[in-house]
Amino acid sequence: MSKMSLKTEGETHVVVTRHFAASPEAVYRAHTEPKLVQKWMLGPEGWTMPVCISEVRPGGKIRYEWSNGKGGGFHLTGEYLELEPYRRIVHVERMHLPDPTPDNHIETRFDADGSGTFMTMRMTLPDAQTRAAMLASGMESGMEASYVRLDELIQEPVTAGSR
Amino acid sequence: MTTNLDVAFSALSDGTRRAILARLAQGEATVMELAEPFEMTQPAISQHLKVLEEAGLITSRVEGARRPRRLSKAGIDALDQWLAMLRKALEQNYSRLDEVLAEMEPKRTKKTKKKGETR
Repeated sequence: MSKMSLKTEGETHVVVTRHFAASPEAVYRAHTEPKLVQKWMLGPEGWTMPVCISEVRPGGKIRYEWSNGKGGGFHLTGEYLELEPYRRIVHVERMHLPDPTPDNHIETRFDADGSGTFMTMRMTLPDAQTRAAMLASGMESGMEASYVRLDELIQEPVTAGSR
Repeated sequence: MTTNLDVAFSALSDGTRRAILARLAQGEATVMELAEPFEMTQPAISQHLKVLEEAGLITSRVEGARRPRRLSKAGIDALDQWLAMLRKALEQNYSRLDEVLAEMEPKRTKKTKKKGETR
């Protein structure tokens, strides 16, 4: 099963799982080495990550800056709390939009799964309200993409079915 | 139809209003209950609620002096659509990660056939 799952759990958690056809070592490295992170953690088409700082040690800093190439962008900062090479990462992060959002505490596990890896990313937000706000703001960039599509829809008068 | 869609999308263009909708997804709330966590004044929240109500995304009912708001069917659909977008952005990330991993470990990933991303 390589399909991703994204679920809320209890009042304050969000859990994302996904299988990868690569070793836990490779998946772990792709989550922590800046040159690798910059290749994939980009969101919708057209976004890039010009700045990626990842100091891979407990207490080490994280800073990701995204840009849409049209002057738009935002960034994330965080710190690593625990690192068990190739198995587990615990860190906190916050988005700056531009005001910092409350800390999101994230545990990411990489378990061997057949010839690949099963990743479980468990986010813990301070409260239900913050989780709701995060899910809403996480859609920010998705919204932008959909506006472009909406513009096209609106210009075609009647056939604008919602999907 | 097009106008409704238009009004709904413009109501959704504001981050606070989206967060209010996400909050209402957890259950009804009054203006006072909404104002507190958002650190906004009640009039400011009321203004946002008015926009959401006019767009058909929320409804209100009267209960004594309270007027709790809740998501309408359209509001629930709108939230579902956002979650789908968030999922899609994450899925795009992970399919890019699949490619990064394939470059890192060419042998291992060769086994898994590339499935035509049917969506």
